[in-house]
Amino acid sequence: MRFEAPKTTELAVALLAQETGTARVLAGGTDLLVQMKMDMITPDLVVDIKHIDGMHDITPEDGGFRIGAAVSGAALGEHAGVCALWPGVVEALELIGSTQVQGRATMAGNLCNASPAGDSVPAMAAAGAVARIAGPDGTRDCPVADVPVGPGKTSLAKGEFITSILLPSRPDNASDAYLRFIPRTEMDIAVASAGVSLEFDAAGTCTAAAVILGAVGPTILTADASCLVGTKLEDAALEKLAACCSATATPIDDKRGTTEFRKDVVGVLAKRAAKIAQTRAGAKS
Amino acid sequence: MNKIHVTTNINGDPVEYLCEPQETLLDVLRNNLQLTGAKEGCGSGDCGACSVTLNGRLVCSCLVLAAEAEGQEVTTVEGMADGDKLHILQKKILEHAALQCGICIPGILVASKALLEKHPDPSEEQARYWLAGNLCRCTGYDKIINAVMDAAAEMRGA
Ligand SMILES: Cc1cc2nc3c(=O)[nH]c(=O)nc-3n(C[C@H](O)[C@H](O)[C@H](O)COP(=O)(O)OP(=O)(O)OC[C@H]3O[C@@H](n4cnc5c(N)ncnc54)[C@H](O)[C@@H]3O)c2cc1C
Ligand code: FES
Ligand code: FES
Repeated sequence: MRFEAPKTTELAVALLAQETGTARVLAGGTDLLVQMKMDMITPDLVVDIKHIDGMHDITPEDGGFRIGAAVSGAALGEHAGVCALWPGVVEALELIGSTQVQGRATMAGNLCNASPAGDSVPAMAAAGAVARIAGPDGTRDCPVADVPVGPGKTSLAKGEFITSILLPSRPDNASDAYLRFIPRTEMDIAVASAGVSLEFDAAGTCTAAAVILGAVGPTILTADASCLVGTKLEDAALEKLAACCSATATPIDDKRGTTEFRKDVVGVLAKRAAKIAQTRAGAKS
Repeated sequence: MNKIHVTTNINGDPVEYLCEPQETLLDVLRNNLQLTGAKEGCGSGDCGACSVTLNGRLVCSCLVLAAEAEGQEVTTVEGMADGDKLHILQKKILEHAALQCGICIPGILVASKALLEKHPDPSEEQARYWLAGNLCRCTGYDKIINAVMDAAAEMRGA
């Protein structure tokens, strides 16, 4: 195995593109190192992207924030601006692992690891986050939701890697929330999860809703949240949302939860996350 | 062999070492530098026995490549005491008899120090969540938490 820590994006792309064997990007390493130690993956080349300019930056952009690919959960959680604008994304990223894992884990790493249970992914997708991807053919922008294509698989081509993720601007009276179910209170993998982002008008009526489900399919799943639009999240609307989420979910049966349980609980999580987002948005029910 | 030459700083001292590309910081601390305070409990980020700080952030050294430490600042449990003078956290762990086998304690100490640097006046709940990634098979945690809360109070001058 070769280890490289290039100083520029161009060098990193060239290294990744030219490697004939298995190449892996290293961000926080909290997935990659575990997988290497378990011999799930034996890379010929590891490219540490943390020395590239801008990778640790959080920069305001068009009313939103561009988050560098090496920004850890701990660093994001210390950024008051991001916490105020996208509290659901921050809480989702902060649910990952322990304080130690938070010191290293990144959003882009969580996304590119492409686990169906990755906690920040539903929240980012609900937020409409966009990944900036550098590659041999230059730079492109891709909705976060289109990056994972199956367990452990992404849509990134050879030589490509994410340099930053944009959390967009949002209107007033809008907020988001993320909830997961785990059997413990800490340090566990989601059995089912939901990221919810809502917008309201001045009277408190919901004008836009995005609900993304995690851990109940091979990738994140988008639930039809149109039943919330035009409502003030009354019980009937929330029941419709829960039913819709349960119908959308296609979970597996495993030791962590049965299909039936996961389908049911993902609806409950979506309802509760919607109520939290509503409260955060300052909307009256 | 394609050994990598690393220049870093550990507990305030400049340090150089040679490592294999796939070796972890924990491997090098223990095997090359004889800094055996950090322990390998799991090697997968679950137990926290290998806790160190990297540029001030609490991390699991079993999930950091040794090569990543180039130009960075690492602190380990060996840097806590001032010569023979124990850190307040170390004294409190002893006073409260908050250890049995002791394997988890270096990690608990490094993690608690990082907690008190960020939150000098933590609630008990905050301390328990902060230390959730530090597993202890012996004590049942209560004595550890009591020691940390007591140390926090003393460090605040209470
Ligand atoms: C103890 C423990 C507990 C955990 N708990 C959780 C949990 O509760 N929820 C959860 O979702 N995850 C959890 N994880 C998994 C992991 O911490 C997260 O997925 C984390 O966000 C990964 O980020 P990273 O920066 O460490 O990724 P890395 O390990 O550096 O990378 C992960 C993968 O993504 C690729 N990659 C990384 N960055 C990029 C990039 N910029 N562009 C392209 N590819 C890239 C890597 O090549 C690798 O394949 C846990 C891990 C541990 C060790
Ligand atoms: S040895 Fe590193 S967390 Fe267990
Ligand atoms: S004292 Fe034995 S593991 Fe904590």
